[in-house]
Amino acid sequence: MTTGDDSLGPFAAAGATGASLDAAPSPSEPAEPETLPSTPLGAAGALDVSVGRIRHEQLRQLLHAKAFVIGSTIVLWWVICAIFGTWFVPYNATTPDILNQNLAPSAAHWFGTNSVGEDVLSRVIVGARDILEIAPLATLLGTALGTTIGLAQGYLRGFVDMVVGRIVDAALALPTVIVALLFVVAVGPSTLTLVVIVGFVFSLIIARTVRTAVLQERELDYLSAARLRGESVPHVMFVEILPNVLGPILVEFTVRLGYAIFTIATLSFLGFGVQLPTPDWGADIANNYSYIAAGYWWQTLFPALAIASLVIAVNLIGDSIEAVLIQ
Amino acid sequence: MTLAASSDVPATVKEAPTTLEVSHLDVTYRVRGTDRPALSDVSFRIGRQESFGLVGESGCGKSTTALAITRYLPRNGSLSGGSITVNGQDVAAMDKRSLRQFRARTVSMVYQEPGRALNPSMRVGLQLAEVYEIAGMRKPEALARAEEMLRVVQIADPGRALRVYPHQLSGGMQQRVMVAMALASEPSLLILDEPTTALDATVEAEVLDLVSSLRQQFQTSVLFISHNLAVIAKMCDRIGVMYAGELVEQGPAREVFENPRHPYTVGLLRCVPQSGQRKDHGRLDAIPGFLPGPGEVQVGCVFAKRCALATKRCAEETPPSYEVSAERTSRCHYHEQAAELPRATPVEVKQRDAEGGGDPVIRLRGVSKTFHVRGEHVRAVVGVDLDLKTGETLGLVGESGCGKTTLARVLLGLTVPDEGSVIELDGLPLAPECTSRSHEQLQAMQIIFQNPDSALNRRHSVRHIVTRALKKLAGLSGETCESRLLEIVRSVRMEERHLELRPYQLSGGLKQRVAIARAFAGAPRVLVCDEPTSALDVSVQAAILNLLADLQSREGVSYVFISHDLGVVRYLSDRIAVLYLGRVMEHGLAETVFSGPHHPYTESLLSAVPSLKGTHFERIRLKGEVPSAAHSPAGCVFHTRCPRRLADGLCESSEPPLVEVEPDHVMRCHIPLDELRRLQATPSASYPEASP
Repeated sequence: MTTGDDSLGPFAAAGATGASLDAAPSPSEPAEPETLPSTPLGAAGALDVSVGRIRHEQLRQLLHAKAFVIGSTIVLWWVICAIFGTWFVPYNATTPDILNQNLAPSAAHWFGTNSVGEDVLSRVIVGARDILEIAPLATLLGTALGTTIGLAQGYLRGFVDMVVGRIVDAALALPTVIVALLFVVAVGPSTLTLVVIVGFVFSLIIARTVRTAVLQERELDYLSAARLRGESVPHVMFVEILPNVLGPILVEFTVRLGYAIFTIATLSFLGFGVQLPTPDWGADIANNYSYIAAGYWWQTLFPALAIASLVIAVNLIGDSIEAVLIQ
Repeated sequence: MTLAASSDVPATVKEAPTTLEVSHLDVTYRVRGTDRPALSDVSFRIGRQESFGLVGESGCGKSTTALAITRYLPRNGSLSGGSITVNGQDVAAMDKRSLRQFRARTVSMVYQEPGRALNPSMRVGLQLAEVYEIAGMRKPEALARAEEMLRVVQIADPGRALRVYPHQLSGGMQQRVMVAMALASEPSLLILDEPTTALDATVEAEVLDLVSSLRQQFQTSVLFISHNLAVIAKMCDRIGVMYAGELVEQGPAREVFENPRHPYTVGLLRCVPQSGQRKDHGRLDAIPGFLPGPGEVQVGCVFAKRCALATKRCAEETPPSYEVSAERTSRCHYHEQAAELPRATPVEVKQRDAEGGGDPVIRLRGVSKTFHVRGEHVRAVVGVDLDLKTGETLGLVGESGCGKTTLARVLLGLTVPDEGSVIELDGLPLAPECTSRSHEQLQAMQIIFQNPDSALNRRHSVRHIVTRALKKLAGLSGETCESRLLEIVRSVRMEERHLELRPYQLSGGLKQRVAIARAFAGAPRVLVCDEPTSALDVSVQAAILNLLADLQSREGVSYVFISHDLGVVRYLSDRIAVLYLGRVMEHGLAETVFSGPHHPYTESLLSAVPSLKGTHFERIRLKGEVPSAAHSPAGCVFHTRCPRRLADGLCESSEPPLVEVEPDHVMRCHIPLDELRRLQATPSASYPEASP
């Protein structure tokens, strides 16, 4: 699975450059992320008409971007599968059928059946659930934590920055999967463990992006003005700086979400994810790939395609959001 | 300058062959499916070797004109009417090939920021040689010509300059390289777009002198674009005043400035603090209202809404280009009466009850700041002693890098000064860092930053920005806060509808008003103004200066006013401190410092300021650049550039102390006051120029 990790390299590079570009102060081109909740600013909640127009304009651009539409459609499909999948699957995903083992794709079983006779299509549909639960939660946790660390690093500099910076360097030297694996082995697999571990590892990476963005903000006079008002450090970090670095954070979130899906799938594949018989893409690949040699390619191909489609879809969304925010 | 000459002989100018002819030019930008006019019916011509100036405020279409001439309009811009001919060639009709030729040989352009116009990754020599290589020369020959050209633009060591990268040169030097590059192809038309706006006055004066001497030498026609009226007056034979995409007035420079025939020109001239004008004498006459948006005015005069002379006719009938006299046009129905434009701002001034007096609010003693950069000790501020009294304005002047801003930041506690520096507020010492100062101390001192884009949080609404300051500094909440908010926003002449907007939705002038409102929210007693108007247009600057003067006379605030614009400083200041390499060179009452006898450095600064009235200060020129603060010269720090350096070597060997030369006037100079008075009373011809 190390190849999988390598293949994410270019995504990482794209994410990082995009983020740093966006962090450049661009007062004339407001970057107004749509999906993140606006910070509670105490200012009148009523948004100005023209502010609304600018948000609207960005949303319009997003909806006109093909990549965004395709990506969201695919993600939406998997979300529907995850939530309602059990209602519309053609067969029960976890009922073995010894009479119909290893059937090739046909009209009755579009994606064929596996070695115990379970319907592959049904397992792929229902298998979306765990990954779509764990990956976004882990990414959300990672983003929240990473943003806080990055803000503190960038604004406080000095000792905090140095210590955290070294820890981040060390963590980045190891592949995420290996670090996660170590912890899962130590603590034992569960949804919560996976969320916490993946979230924590990602937070260090996100912190680095946020720190870079904060360093650019740090030079601006509005922070001096805040200090001259006697604002507290948390106020400066979260009310003054945070709204200005939301763009890169949002982009980073989507990039990391792609990674998280991959990481969770990898852990499942290695047997440290969701436990059988619960359908899971990674685990299904692991259980069936040895049968490829016997010609039962469909048992592996369809879960693999599912993972690939979700990762690509998330990246398509990320790229188009980035394009809208940094233009 | 050739001002007088050209206005005397309009006939010959008319007969001279034309380099550039712009006639009835219309340019539109297509924005979201609609065409917005950027220029309409602009016509002017530039004769051979003539210099023509375009002046106007930002957004009036000056740069668009330049872009149209070089066919560099952005993709959404198009020439929708009229024609441009250069040397008889129609620019619009050129194909790709001839356009390349045209740009390579016929026109050249010098931009505002030389640092961005030069390729940062290429040595200066290679960049400059490129121009010759394109003209077909071999590399060694091209490099030799490049070196020669650098000598022509008076770069001290051209051999060295060839080998360095652009960032290793100062702004003035970079702009010289740009001029060298532009002239290398010996173009028939040289376009200068705000070439000195980013430079210090002393450097600006040098670059302008250079451009005018080279113009003669290269026999080039010049299109000079600037928002600075005095610079245009100095550089140009004829000028055109632009407003909202129209050329509203045109004529010989001297005539237009002395006898303007369009109300906009009249208004612009009144916005500039004229020599000697001060806040006690009267307010500046700001132009009311705002520039109309593109395409907003369909019929009638574009200036009608802001014009006190406007009648019904102005709103209904678009004024044609009236031929006011030979060579002069004005787009005003009432061009006869333009000069009688009624004042938009009342002159009357509320005098403060009590003059300063008493104990100073702020006392600085021995304030120094040394930055440690890569093993070097950069002494940004050195032993500054200054007092600031209640209701007074202390002007800080000096070239960039003289320590003005550092001193202000030290005062505010944003930069920690060296050990031993004393900053007192009401006689009590202040903590060096603002985070350790008490609430009262923070409240007492606030700042208006130079750049409102950086000073205002772009994600916060105007309401949030001002309210936060009211809550934190004035301790207000609830309804009192709300009513005070409205009061303060109105006092900076903003409207309630602006409250929900964010900074990027406001114009530069409005943004700076928000910054002023925020600074005043906590009712400070001392307000530091760090170049608050340098990024603004003159009409906006006038309004802001009036506002600051009004607020001071009403609230009795003391200002520390930092500016490189001596006219502005003079208008607002009661006392002036002149800084050079972090040291106070001269300090005294504003009138004393300005009227002289001055410190030689102050004298040089004053000499460098171009004046609308012509040449009254052209006495001495400062050569070279400010030395690095990491290696200040021995002796008097100014001796390397001083035009009045003593021959006996005293200036090189010992640093003069800051002494009181007359009551309330201190100076750091070896030359006795009477001697300075004598020297500065005599015309310049008999004085040697400063050595480089």
